[in-house]
Amino acid sequence: MSFFKKLKEKISKQKDSVTAKFKEGLEKTRSSFTESLNELVSRYRKVDEEFFEELEEILITADVGVQTVMDLIDELKKEVKRRNIQEPKEVRAAISEKLVEIYQGEDGAPTDLNIEDGRLNIVLFVGVNGVGKTTTIGKLAHRLKEEGKSVLLAAGDTFRAGAIEQLEVWGDRVGVDVIKQSAGSDPAAVVYDAIQAARSRKVDVLLCDTAGRLQNKMNLMKELEKVKRVIEREIPGAPHEVLLVLDATTGQNAMSQARQFSEATNVTGIALTKLDGTAKGGIVLAIRNELNIPVKLVGLGEKMDDLEKFDAEKYVYGLFADLVDEA
Amino acid sequence: MAFEGLANRLQNTMAKIRGKGKVSEADVKEMMREVRLALLEADVNYKVVKDFIKKVSERAVGQEVMKSLTPGQQVIKVVKEELTELMGGEQSKIAVSKRPPTVILMAGLQGAGKTTTTGKLANYLRKKHNRNPLLVAADIYRPAAIKQLETLGKQLGMPVFSLGDKVSPVEIAKQALEYAKNEHHDYVLIDTAGRLHIDENLMDELKQVKEAANPDEIFLVVDAMTGQDAVNVAKSFHDELGITGVILTKLDGDTRGGAALSIRAATGAPIKFAGMGEKLDALEPFHPERMASRILGMGDVLTLIEKAQENVDQEKAKQLEEKMRTMSFTFDDFLEQLEQVRNMGPLDELISMLPGAGKMKGLKNIQVDEKQLSHVEAIIRSMTKEEKEKPEIINASRRKRIAKGSGTSVQEVNRLLKQFEEMKKMMKQMTSMTKGKRKGFKFPFM
Repeated sequence: MSFFKKLKEKISKQKDSVTAKFKEGLEKTRSSFTESLNELVSRYRKVDEEFFEELEEILITADVGVQTVMDLIDELKKEVKRRNIQEPKEVRAAISEKLVEIYQGEDGAPTDLNIEDGRLNIVLFVGVNGVGKTTTIGKLAHRLKEEGKSVLLAAGDTFRAGAIEQLEVWGDRVGVDVIKQSAGSDPAAVVYDAIQAARSRKVDVLLCDTAGRLQNKMNLMKELEKVKRVIEREIPGAPHEVLLVLDATTGQNAMSQARQFSEATNVTGIALTKLDGTAKGGIVLAIRNELNIPVKLVGLGEKMDDLEKFDAEKYVYGLFADLVDEA
Repeated sequence: MAFEGLANRLQNTMAKIRGKGKVSEADVKEMMREVRLALLEADVNYKVVKDFIKKVSERAVGQEVMKSLTPGQQVIKVVKEELTELMGGEQSKIAVSKRPPTVILMAGLQGAGKTTTTGKLANYLRKKHNRNPLLVAADIYRPAAIKQLETLGKQLGMPVFSLGDKVSPVEIAKQALEYAKNEHHDYVLIDTAGRLHIDENLMDELKQVKEAANPDEIFLVVDAMTGQDAVNVAKSFHDELGITGVILTKLDGDTRGGAALSIRAATGAPIKFAGMGEKLDALEPFHPERMASRILGMGDVLTLIEKAQENVDQEKAKQLEEKMRTMSFTFDDFLEQLEQVRNMGPLDELISMLPGAGKMKGLKNIQVDEKQLSHVEAIIRSMTKEEKEKPEIINASRRKRIAKGSGTSVQEVNRLLKQFEEMKKMMKQMTSMTKGKRKGFKFPFM
């Protein structure tokens, strides 16, 4: 059975609405990506050096990153040789197969959020300025509440003008409380307060917002380390998740972000936002490949319920939907 | 895999060529391959890179490089020149309307930094051009966006025009213009909501705001970290609105910023300003030449020099020079030096501006710990006046006392004393070297 057929069968068994959302959210991404891929495949008669060069181009324009693309192309070339593939069409399947392989990772690090019943779960959100941390927290709070969990938010971005108010608006919308102090106060203190409140109210999940910071600002990264230390000290085993929020439009700098934020806070997963644009966020491939940090959440739109758990197969289905349906 | 500068990349190719009498066309091709990779790693759009390489190759093969004795250097020179040219001259000029107020419309994707940049631009107009700008809060979608602009307005002591988030941006823009005329504001800065370039409804709305406000400038605000998609974004905004300039934000990060090149190539609009920090005065005119160096990973010496000039007191520097010549350099002078350097900004930022900083093994992973500097400061401040002037009198018990007083250890005190001795030795060598040859020996960081 071909790879696409397998994927199609697997997906048709799953809940339709989520798949549809991936398909819809990734429409722009997909159309430009598959269009160029299809065009490439139909233009070439045989799989040769030039074919691979153009393939390289398509992958690079998806922000996959030069090194990862070269590795990928090398592997594909081997695969083509091994399977004696002549038809460009067949390479198409091999590409998506490899993509899923990379996304899922060899050791299969879990892409589910580490949130368990019967304990206070703490999720810390980190990232550079303007990636959508606060919005993602609002959406995740909504999602968790729908699942029947009690949620509390900590307004740890005490720096940016209007950040606390922004989180409060989300708290109102979703119907969860926000623990805050005044602007300019110590974020570690806010988080400490929030943990105490979460304990006494016996909530299931505490989502901690932090101010956006560029990863090369050492003093700000130290501040973040302190926030994490406070959480660790208060609740053994916490934070249960440290999510790096990444803007899908970001290029190669995302790798530097993943590396530096990991060093400071030991990032456990990525929330990839703004995937409803034309950007492809291909850098998450490289990040998974080099740092083994999995994508756990994806933002697929502006609405409250436009946040989905990441699923590599659905993501690739989203990228290649036309091809899968053809199979 | 860290970013490698172009110079670094070319070195490998050059090693192969060395020994050959002449550079062949194939060699140039190989060099161009490295240039291409360097640009792609810097996030310059693939198509832009392609065109660029074609252009540079022509120039390279056409004698300039092949005849040169130092082809590697020549390639870098040609590439840098072409990059600089592509990004246009320095043009941080802002339009001035004959009939005030001059209206500036800010547009861009979500999270690019429009609101912060609006605040910075207002501050710039007031500070450098003595203007009286009005900030207009027309982002009615993002929660608390209006509040954010109002807070910035308060910090700047500038009025913010707002009608809440229930009135359409078109209406807000219209009324803001009326208000500005009545209140004699000469500039009106309209902050709009971030939107996807493919969101037809919101792009239509922006066009209506444009029609209503008839802006003299339409600035596209773009995150410097943007990847390959920068071309699509910039092109869409340009096609819909006809942007007059670009402001690149978050350039104080460690991104190469190849997006600058992509945007310029896609729209032809000049990049006018760069956001360089979180503070409201961190908006600087855009320098194409420096950006070219940065994209190629060649450091930013000019900015470093500028920073040094801004922060180093020339008079003091002269005195210091004198002290060094006469070997009367003391710990007090050392402390002063330290402070001047620290005034220039975080040290790791300064180091990153040095050319080849990424290449030097020792510097690449250097984590300049500001805390370490504070320790040094504390140690010096725990010395008596006599000790600072004559460090040689610092014996074991004095060391113990200094360590205690500064909250450090004897080892740290020892290390500092040793470093200071070595520094003095070095100065002696340097001054004797320059003695007589040329006056006005320059201290590093001058």
